[in-house]
Amino acid sequence: MPASVGWVWLVIVLPFLGFLVNGTLSFVRPDAKRVVSAVGVGVLALSFVVALVVTGGVVAHPPHGHPYVLTLWSWMPAGSLQIDAALQVDQLSTVMMLVVTGISTLIHIFSIGYMREDPGYPRYFAYLNLFVFFMLILVLGASFPVMFVGWEGVGLCSYLLIGFWYENKPFADAGKKAFIMNRIGDFGFLVAMFMIFHATGSLSFVTVFEEAPQLFAVGGTTITLITLALFMGCTGKSAQIPLFTWLPDAMAGPTPVSALIHAATMVTAGVYLVARANVLFAMAPVSSLVVAATGAATALFAATIAVKQWDIKKVLAYSTISQLGYMFMGVGVGAYAAGIFHLTTHAFFKALLFLGSGSVIHALHHAFHATHRHDDAQDMRNMGGLRRYMPWTAALMWIATLAIAGVPGFSGFFSKDEILAMTFARGQEAGVFYVLWIVGAVAALLTAFYMTRMMLYTFHGPTRTGEEEERHLHEAPWVMTGPLLFLGIGSVVAGVLNLPAVLPGSGWLHHFLEPVTEGSTAYLPEFHLASATEWALLGLATLIAAAGILGAWNFLKPALLQPASLATPESGLQRILLRKWYVDEIYDALVIRPIMWLSERTFWKVVDVGVIDGVLVNGSAKTARAVGWIGSRLQSGRVATYVFFFVLGSILVLRALLR
Amino acid sequence: MLLGPSLTVSLILFSIGVAGVLIRRNAIIVFMCIELMLNAVNLSFIALAQQLGREGQVIVFFVMAVAAAEATVGLAIMIAIYRHKNSLNVTELNLLRG
Repeated sequence: MPASVGWVWLVIVLPFLGFLVNGTLSFVRPDAKRVVSAVGVGVLALSFVVALVVTGGVVAHPPHGHPYVLTLWSWMPAGSLQIDAALQVDQLSTVMMLVVTGISTLIHIFSIGYMREDPGYPRYFAYLNLFVFFMLILVLGASFPVMFVGWEGVGLCSYLLIGFWYENKPFADAGKKAFIMNRIGDFGFLVAMFMIFHATGSLSFVTVFEEAPQLFAVGGTTITLITLALFMGCTGKSAQIPLFTWLPDAMAGPTPVSALIHAATMVTAGVYLVARANVLFAMAPVSSLVVAATGAATALFAATIAVKQWDIKKVLAYSTISQLGYMFMGVGVGAYAAGIFHLTTHAFFKALLFLGSGSVIHALHHAFHATHRHDDAQDMRNMGGLRRYMPWTAALMWIATLAIAGVPGFSGFFSKDEILAMTFARGQEAGVFYVLWIVGAVAALLTAFYMTRMMLYTFHGPTRTGEEEERHLHEAPWVMTGPLLFLGIGSVVAGVLNLPAVLPGSGWLHHFLEPVTEGSTAYLPEFHLASATEWALLGLATLIAAAGILGAWNFLKPALLQPASLATPESGLQRILLRKWYVDEIYDALVIRPIMWLSERTFWKVVDVGVIDGVLVNGSAKTARAVGWIGSRLQSGRVATYVFFFVLGSILVLRALLR
Repeated sequence: MLLGPSLTVSLILFSIGVAGVLIRRNAIIVFMCIELMLNAVNLSFIALAQQLGREGQVIVFFVMAVAAAEATVGLAIMIAIYRHKNSLNVTELNLLRG
């Protein structure tokens, strides 16, 4: 192990120190905002620098076969269960570590401006530092249980930050919803861990992945169940069908939180898990197909909802769900590097979009605040024409929009195209992959459409904020636009990490990640596309992006839009889309209400009141009282009665003795 | 060799004593029935002592002594009860009823 890799523990410890300091300050000196900012951002920047050093070590001396494992201490030595608190540094965790620390640093800087006037400023930075700490444990853990610690920890921080403004009941409820839906997925993760331990006798990544080919039959029941249970965990954490409804509600948290946790890092944990366990998933073709199909379905489904949302953050939330669907499609078809590539580029442009929307909301909020209006600062119908007031934000968000829409040259084009191309390549093997490819392509068209729609309604056309408010609209401070600039650069150039095969210098990330994914190559068909086919797919992707953007540009008329308070309610399909296909209502009717009914009618009224209270608690008291009553009847106070029982007893004893 | 008839008489006396204690209400009668039971036991002691040795006869003296002491205490209690309740009916002596 190179000496620089040995410093990887510092990457994790620094954010935790930041959490301790800021957490203490939130109790002791809540007003010390300068110290809090310096500590909160400083530890992250240092952590990023250490991460770069570690990455340098990995690039200079890439681990082959065995990843670098840094064992810190023995965590659970219990018989045959030996779990170490160990960190694993290989190509995959390095990429994730850089994405997490890099994006986190920028978002922390942005938060200084966004949260400046919030009374919970130190608490916010403490939670954010804690989140980064857990996220780094998640991506650097060397075994399933260590990863699970991070997995649960980021869920906790997500809950804390969604409900950051907990005085507002819907916000606190959104936090609970996210936590509970994640628990459903975590159950799958736990079951998968139990099954893995039962089958392999170990939980560390190195052992499990190296022994899996000998222990499991390819496509066997055990491996299929294990991977499906793992994927159940992914659907919860990464907001896939059926457990995706928490993510739109999670927009209740501060916008930088949405950017960091619910777009760039935490929600991608599921993709990371599948890529990490690529050997297991490659050995279970059925599970992989489930992953890809769920991803494709989610990509399309969420994209349709995003088309008709008015809340700017809801558009981005459904867009995130949709893009996560693409990532799962990638790792599902076995293109693990492509999934991680899209994860990386998405982290840049989606963080940029969220932070940009944060700037917009920030500006509108201030304008409404200045004129004492109580309109929704997140509703796009109350925006419009903001490019005149916020040119930097508008320009940078357009870059991110072009990236996510898949315009050639921008990062999203390459990453999305690679996933679609890989899916298309698998079509030679089974026709179902062509279906997935078509679904993905339609979702790409919708993506370009709804993103352009969002930009049109927010930044173009007439300003609908009201004349009084217009005077208070202004660009965000540099501390907020600065991080956007870096993310904008990333959104443009991140594509060079993994260019398509037909271009020179192609597939760098793919080759970099090969030591991690090579275990799975034996079980996957070789992806091969003719050069002409690849060019055709690239051209088609370009056409799709252009069609989506130009379609929205020509079809939508921001000039005709009414402010939210004056708008007429939608009808028909538009209404269904606005109400998100009524998924929340369906879940309410199919899951929540039956459970509530069952709880009330059975568990409360029958089991609790009837059995536990009635039979057990009151029943035992009644029995004791009845026995006591019988005993007290014997105490008649009459000598003759006592003598009778005495004689009776004597006779019985004698009879027993003389028998 | 009067063992069999002696024990039979003892059994009859004892049963009469038990029945008296259970049935009769006058404390004096109940008391006399207890004496009857004691003497029934004395009779069986003597009858068995003829066969098994003198120890049984010695026990009888003990029983008689204890019975005399008991009679003294018992009759004194009864006089006290009669002064208190003006009755010796044992069914009325139920102050310790549960």
